[in-house]
Amino acid sequence: MTDLNRLSIAEARDALRRGEVTSLDLTEACLAAIEGAGALNAFVHHTPGLAREQARAADARIAAGDAPAMCGIPLGIKDLFCTRGVPSQAASRILQGFRPQYESTVTQNLFDAGAVMLGKLNMDEFAMGSSNETSCYGDVVNPWRRGNDATPLTPGGSSGGSASAVAADLCLAATGTDTGGSIRQPAAFAGITGIKPTYGRCSRWGIVAFASSLDQAGPMTKTVRDAAIMLGAMCGHDPKDSTSADLPVPDFEAMLSGDIRGKVIGIPKEYRMDGMPEEIEALWTQGAQMLRDAGAEIRDISLPHTKYALPAYYVIAPAEASSNLARYDGVRYGHRAKLAQGDGITEMYEKTRAEGFGAEVQRRVMIGTYVLSAGFYDAYYNRARRVRTLIKRDFEEVFAAGVDAILTPATPSAAFGLGEMAAADPVQMYLNDVFTVTVNLAGLPGIAVPAGLDGRGLPLGLQLIGRPWEEGDLLNTAYALEAAAGFVAKPAKWW
Amino acid sequence: MSIDTTTAARVAKLARIRVDEAALPALAQEFNTILGFIEQLNEVDVAGVEPMTSVTPMRLKRRADVVTDGDRQAEILSNAPDAREGFFAVPKVVE
Repeated sequence: MTDLNRLSIAEARDALRRGEVTSLDLTEACLAAIEGAGALNAFVHHTPGLAREQARAADARIAAGDAPAMCGIPLGIKDLFCTRGVPSQAASRILQGFRPQYESTVTQNLFDAGAVMLGKLNMDEFAMGSSNETSCYGDVVNPWRRGNDATPLTPGGSSGGSASAVAADLCLAATGTDTGGSIRQPAAFAGITGIKPTYGRCSRWGIVAFASSLDQAGPMTKTVRDAAIMLGAMCGHDPKDSTSADLPVPDFEAMLSGDIRGKVIGIPKEYRMDGMPEEIEALWTQGAQMLRDAGAEIRDISLPHTKYALPAYYVIAPAEASSNLARYDGVRYGHRAKLAQGDGITEMYEKTRAEGFGAEVQRRVMIGTYVLSAGFYDAYYNRARRVRTLIKRDFEEVFAAGVDAILTPATPSAAFGLGEMAAADPVQMYLNDVFTVTVNLAGLPGIAVPAGLDGRGLPLGLQLIGRPWEEGDLLNTAYALEAAAGFVAKPAKWW
Repeated sequence: MSIDTTTAARVAKLARIRVDEAALPALAQEFNTILGFIEQLNEVDVAGVEPMTSVTPMRLKRRADVVTDGDRQAEILSNAPDAREGFFAVPKVVE
């Protein structure tokens, strides 16, 4: 077999079980692909030694007849996940040199299932960004280009390294995390699949916290089937995360029948934004038609508070971040500033945090501090939490009326050029998450599926939003959409 | 609500992030842009609406009140920028 790094998880699993390939073969193919892809800047900490060791162990398990679906599958892991003994710094200078003494629950679950870690993936600093331009490791480059135009494009963010690595076949799949769209927006920009499960499905333990009431981990994969396989291995109840759901994890892959006859798919009118590119509008209409052709009923719905999701998010997420990031004080881990003669502990905190946090992180920590400060707490923070209740209620009402899933565009544009947003104010960048952020605020599962190419040859994605805890049903609808869209394009290799 | 440089300096102080005097006007301007965006929330009628505390309606689980971990001093200190004699070390805080 050639190009083993190009396989999907399902293909690799089947080949491993048939004895046609070993995990070590798969791992070597990925390590070679990573070696040749420095220009993408996706992998930032390489763990080839660990990968080979895990691959040999996986091969032994497979030979012994003990082969869970993820056994022997080489993965990239977002730098936000704490991995024992391996640098885990959330793409921030403030965690320079940090080597966790413990393993995040999600990566432990994957390793228990036999998965192989190739290394850590670039991302926006503390997952704050939509273009992977806030990373202390530098920008990630999208393997996709506008035809023959060599302008480097963003892979989106914050899971930009994950998206770029999966799209460029540097690994079979990758972990991502999603606080406002950080799995789904980069998946759409890179022509891959990414699912954010229901809040509570994946344990947050050992994942560097950004906004705890919104953060969820999820898989970023080449196909919907792979997303089903990998999600099943990532999630499950964890006593170490008090918000982890004590619910059985169904066999998501077994639920992929592709039969969506009689399902009701909602089309929310509020997602038709002014100035939305015609191609996105057209793709959305085509997506609805594909689901209708597959036997679903398409129904116009209203989610009246959609417009207020982004402003509510930009109160709640910074507020939680300002609290979570208070732990970076130069005392217990990571960077500490050099102090001048006579500097006390306050100077140590202030200098450490000024040196350690990048501009976007500082901005959000300070906005969060402001909205939580005395006199503004009610006007900003409590009001945003009330609006969040209304946003969730919008979804509850349409689900109660019989809607099974909601179809929307994944992003308001295709991937844009690195640096193109540099002159814009921060709010312009925030608008990238306009279609995805509602899902985090309501705690729902959402999946981005590549559905077409724009006029310049860049991938565009559609998003499906499901009922809480019904990832299996959502994945099945996505599976039907994937089959109908028939997206098979890959970026032409230039790196 | 417009933020001036005095307020920006106060917020930076509360957040324990050193900001140069010269950078305060630009910072205040950024805050105003973001807060201006957030002001839209004032259009929403939230009378009688409870602030969300938990996105999934679940009771936090309780566990047995027993020691489950401990004796990991070396691991805990292993990442400290300055650790001495089994403690985290910081600049002098009392005279």
